[in-house]
Amino acid sequence: MTSALLVMVGIALALGAALGAASVLFRTQGDPLVDKIDAILPQTQCGQCGYPGCKPYATAIAGGEADINQCPPGGDEGVRKLADLLGREYKPLNAEHGVEKPKSVAVIDEATCIGCTLCIQACPVDAIVGAAKQMHTIVSDLCTGCELCVPPCPADCIAMVPVAETVDTWKWRYPVFELRTAHARTQSAEEAA
Amino acid sequence: MLRKLFSFNGGVKPDPNKSASTREPIARLPLPPQLVIPLHQNIGGTPRPLVRVGERVRHGQRIGAADGNVSSAVHAPASGIVMAVEPRLMPHASGLSAMAVVIEPDGQDEHVEREPFDWKAASADEVRDYLRDAGVVGLGGAVFPSHLKLSPGRAMATHTLVINGAECEPFITCDDMLMRSEAHDILHGAQIMKRLLGARQVLVGIEDNKPEAAAAMRAAAAALGDPSIEIVVVPTRYPAGGAKQLIRVLTGIEVPHGSRSTDYGVQCFNVATALAVLNALERGEPLVRRIVTVAGNVERPRNFDVAIGTPIGFVFQHAGLKPDTDKLIMGGPMMGIPLPDMDAPVVKATNCLLASSPALFPPPQPELPCIRCGECARACPADLQPFELYWHSRARNFGRAQEYHLFDCIECGCCAYVCPSHIPLVDYYRYAKSEIWARERDKDAADSARERFEFRNWRAEREREEKAAKLAARSAAAARPAAAATGAEADDPKKALIEAALARARAQKDAAAARATDELAPAGGQQAGTGGLQQAQAGGELVQAAPSDKQVE
Amino acid sequence: MYNSPYLRKNASVRRVMSTVLVAMLPAIALQCWLFGSALLVHIALASVTALLCEAAMLALRHRPVAPALGDMSALVTAWLIAVCLPPLLPWWATVIGTAFALVIGKHLYGGLGQNPFNPAMLAYALLIVCFPALMAQWPGLGVGDFASQMDWVFGGARAVDAMTGATPLDALRTGLMTGQHADAVLHTTPFGHVAGAGWEWVSLAWALGGLLLLALRVITWHVPVAFIVAVALVATIASAIDPARFAGPDFHLLAGGTLMGAFFIATDPVSGATTPRGKLIFAAGIALIAWCIRAFGAYPDGIAFAVLLMNICVPMIDMKTQPPVFGHKNGGAS
Repeated sequence: MTSALLVMVGIALALGAALGAASVLFRTQGDPLVDKIDAILPQTQCGQCGYPGCKPYATAIAGGEADINQCPPGGDEGVRKLADLLGREYKPLNAEHGVEKPKSVAVIDEATCIGCTLCIQACPVDAIVGAAKQMHTIVSDLCTGCELCVPPCPADCIAMVPVAETVDTWKWRYPVFELRTAHARTQSAEEAA
Repeated sequence: MLRKLFSFNGGVKPDPNKSASTREPIARLPLPPQLVIPLHQNIGGTPRPLVRVGERVRHGQRIGAADGNVSSAVHAPASGIVMAVEPRLMPHASGLSAMAVVIEPDGQDEHVEREPFDWKAASADEVRDYLRDAGVVGLGGAVFPSHLKLSPGRAMATHTLVINGAECEPFITCDDMLMRSEAHDILHGAQIMKRLLGARQVLVGIEDNKPEAAAAMRAAAAALGDPSIEIVVVPTRYPAGGAKQLIRVLTGIEVPHGSRSTDYGVQCFNVATALAVLNALERGEPLVRRIVTVAGNVERPRNFDVAIGTPIGFVFQHAGLKPDTDKLIMGGPMMGIPLPDMDAPVVKATNCLLASSPALFPPPQPELPCIRCGECARACPADLQPFELYWHSRARNFGRAQEYHLFDCIECGCCAYVCPSHIPLVDYYRYAKSEIWARERDKDAADSARERFEFRNWRAEREREEKAAKLAARSAAAARPAAAATGAEADDPKKALIEAALARARAQKDAAAARATDELAPAGGQQAGTGGLQQAQAGGELVQAAPSDKQVE
Repeated sequence: MYNSPYLRKNASVRRVMSTVLVAMLPAIALQCWLFGSALLVHIALASVTALLCEAAMLALRHRPVAPALGDMSALVTAWLIAVCLPPLLPWWATVIGTAFALVIGKHLYGGLGQNPFNPAMLAYALLIVCFPALMAQWPGLGVGDFASQMDWVFGGARAVDAMTGATPLDALRTGLMTGQHADAVLHTTPFGHVAGAGWEWVSLAWALGGLLLLALRVITWHVPVAFIVAVALVATIASAIDPARFAGPDFHLLAGGTLMGAFFIATDPVSGATTPRGKLIFAAGIALIAWCIRAFGAYPDGIAFAVLLMNICVPMIDMKTQPPVFGHKNGGAS
């Protein structure tokens, strides 16, 4: 009886010490969760989620203030990744914050641009070059497609143009899955509809 | 001559089908009515066009300049007039278009002056720049810029130059025929490359199903009297002509994915590339033509010497396309890509044009489930587990696919060739690879956007602090309360200025419209001119520009 | 639209499976000749059941029925089940076993290629756990004609004890339990030369079929070699330590399902390990577990349970035995 008790106490002490040591040795520094969430977000900095940029939204998600389905540019896949990371249930994008669109870049109609610099001030990633009363232009490689430059433009000369597929960005399609019968396909189509 | 050969695992032995196109010697194909020369024919940056529509170009004239060092120039294969510089259909599986220079040959074939390059006296960098500007790329199909491969290794000296004449893929015979007819020049080119690399030996690997080519190369090597050149006949087994596989067979060295063979003291070039290097350095001829095998479902399978940019339909006309052809393939039957249309041009990567018929290449049977039989793993020359890659690629589990070394896959097609379940395995790998690349592009873009956004925020913060500091300093020094007030008012004039500019733009637009209908509106033009002048004087500051706007009003 | 490679070797699942069926024929023929043709009835029963179950499950899962039935994989499972069962087993037991293998063992996991367990061995394990007495109904060598065997299979005859004979493994177990020396048991008349009159020849017929599979490259050498070497090794060591309790390697190799397991069961690609080293570990593991069950367990033969136990380990074995990739041998560089 006594020996059994001693053994149990001994085990408890050893395990307690091990846990305590582990919490000290393997302590995580900082708040990596915000960075992990931020890494999933598309960095368009568009503010559609209701926060002034991707990092603030990431902080809000980590803090439990914001939901994971408020980022239209990240799309369905982004929501899924966030759900995976946070161990939450997937939910479709919240339409209040916008809908998923094909990746676009802003293009300035250079004939109508008056050189007011308002778009330059609006651009969160400094992708617009130009000076006052000089024609502005958008560096399309840097443009995230956030559309923040569109409303401030007094001349309505900025249009969002979907990015066309090129030989370099073209992707191989998912190989056709031939096993399903026509019956099953129509059924799943009906389910989808 | 008995060199110890090594072996790579896996590989398959499909029917070579090479005899039909080797019956007749290489024929020089005449120029087509129109040449479409894509600017991007190499791995790396897209060359910048150097010519304009309507300009006359001469044979060998550079029409696209290399964009950066990892790029290669493009030249006109004939003299003629530039008809267009615009996106044209590419010989690419996507069926998309890319920038190309369209030349209508004038039939005079006027050549730019050919100046042989004194490469022996030039520095290594000069030679590399010269080859880059001569458009020399790997002609085995990968079109990697050759000048980048001709620098000695960083980790160790290059001891062995491997010349790839294995040509393992069925139907393709362009290297075979080239070795038969140009053996001497190929070896001469190899000698130049050997010298540039500082290599000690040259090993020419030729599969044992090409005895004529091997004999011709041996005779040429004997005539050159260079003991460092060795012609090595290797066993026929697809893909023995893969660079890594051939290096393994000849030297026993395995070059892992992601590292360069020069780091292991070996460099590998295709036989046609050796000839292109010789032509560029000794004869001043840029790469404007290449040998193309035309085979498969054609009346007269043969090898043609084709000008780059010739539409493939024109090539097939000369070989006699049979009527039951159902698709056209660029490259061989194992790794070739489907061509979108007859209009796509021959490019530097086009080693073979294959016409397919349902009888020649029957459509695959329906895909059945994988039974993990391991045939693919036994056939894989890269020692991968293809069924695992398939499993994860199909499930879109790309991280796991990469853990199973997806990017070590050379897409040789051996696994799909042997698969008893008829699974298009390579299609799954291509899909997974392009998805991973797309994700990496997105991630790079996101990272750069994050960086720029954070920098912008930091700059805004700094500017605010500086302004605050300035204001504080001014108010402290002069103690004038008016300073703050003018700062606050600054917003209103700004709005007015924008209104004014808008009005001016509208006026300009109206003026332009008026000019289009009648020619009696010089005011708009003058206005624009004076506006521009005043802008230049104003130096770009909104506040200072105000008087000029008032003038317009 | 399809892409390269446009060339395809003339290979198909159907061809692989048919080869396996052909390779089973010598052993089936010999067993019929030695122990009566009831086996053929069980093969027919199992085949019909398997095809019906396969068709029904494919239809329920909305998969095309014709190509999947044509791949012959259901027939291979059915035949493997049938040859494992005692020929005097009632017909319904064969049907239940086969249906269990196809429906639960194969299609509920996702069909061909997805089943983690060998379906034939699942059926065997189910039957031997549920009906241990029926599963001992092996006919004696050359005893009973086809009609009386059929009476057992379909009539439910119960009083023909004279027809059943103990299998060598059973006889050894009983003999050892009554305190006899292993050597003494093995030298009694029903044991023939090494491992039971008749049985040893059937075992050799399995090996013959297995060699055919090897020659046709349907299987690789790894599994049979590792299996046989492991059985021989452990039996040699054990019988050297205590010859009174453990039979020697000759007996263990030729008795029961050792050679059939080595060439036809453990080589199942779907549920087995796939890497070369993994195959060695997988097969050796089966052999060791099977020997342990034979030597210490409650069942006369342990191949089925050994296979199922090793099936569980397959994902881990495969993960830990990934062969080095081209250029990554010797830790990164060659």
